[in-house]
Amino acid sequence: MAQLLTAGTAAPNFRLHVTPDQLLTLDDLRGKPVILALYPADWSPVCGDQVTLYNEILPEFRRYGAELLGLSVDGVWCHAAFARDRRLHFPLLSDFEPKGAVAKSYRAYREGEGVCERALFVLDQKGVIFWSYCSPIAVNPGADGILDALERMAKQGNAHGNAQSSSHAA
Amino acid sequence: MATLKVPVTPHDHAKGPANAPVTLLEYGDYECPYCGLAHPIVKLIQKHFGQRLRFVFRHFPLSQAHPNAESAAQTAEFAGANGKFWDMHDGLYDNQDRLGLPLYLALASLLGLSELELRDALINGTFAPKVRADFLSGVRSGVNGTPCFFINGARHDGTYAFEDLGAAIEQQLRAHVSI
Repeated sequence: MAQLLTAGTAAPNFRLHVTPDQLLTLDDLRGKPVILALYPADWSPVCGDQVTLYNEILPEFRRYGAELLGLSVDGVWCHAAFARDRRLHFPLLSDFEPKGAVAKSYRAYREGEGVCERALFVLDQKGVIFWSYCSPIAVNPGADGILDALERMAKQGNAHGNAQSSSHAA
Repeated sequence: MATLKVPVTPHDHAKGPANAPVTLLEYGDYECPYCGLAHPIVKLIQKHFGQRLRFVFRHFPLSQAHPNAESAAQTAEFAGANGKFWDMHDGLYDNQDRLGLPLYLALASLLGLSELELRDALINGTFAPKVRADFLSGVRSGVNGTPCFFINGARHDGTYAFEDLGAAIEQQLRAHVSI
């Protein structure tokens, strides 16, 4: 399994297609927590697979103001068909050309198979990795780790905010 | 290893003795075909282990993928509020290919429940909070698809084939005896 970029590292920026005619730049999401879910391929043949599950849990992620981004090496048209079929309400990024370049920059690429690891990254509002996790390729990691990270991040943010306001008061 | 974050309470639907050495808990979706396949296996498991096993069911409707999953779960909860959870649970799985209001009303009538009250409960979403609470407890416990089983609070990452589930339960029973 890959040694992913770890907590405390600045998340490498990227600019990737989310639809055939739209690009998304990671830095544009500064100010919000970002969940980056890398997965090996669209159309995995089980129901309740990772993206379907995250699609259901989206309202919980949004309670923390977080943006969810899926990412695989599949092309834009493949993503479009997959997103329509699964009724996904979050963007799928296409790490297609040069293939896997973004996944490689996060150290989450499987050279042998030519696909992304099943890897999760939670980025803070400043674009720094707060938590990362690499799951065995065949095991859907669920969402508990993501929610725990968002919760811890929110708590730390609040503590920080309180400390700041108390220092202002003094 | 993912573990159950919300312990079993009297609000859960449980079959078998509360002090059974092993609790098998399922997060399931009435429209999920794999849950449908697991349903008769769970029945066999319950029969095989008898009083040594408590079975608990919680809802995990994947509503975006399965448009009838949520209403089916609420129908089961309505029946549960009237003491007929397991009859409705079985009825829904046994008729998985025809989920929808006509089936819910027919099952309610068959179980001697008020069709009118069921219809009102579905329209008003009376049982939506209970279903949502189940779903969220699953999310926090690391449910990663349906069906998802927990055996004495630990997620069962093996298959739901009788042999796999049975062996995992046997292992817990042996651990219980050796304590």
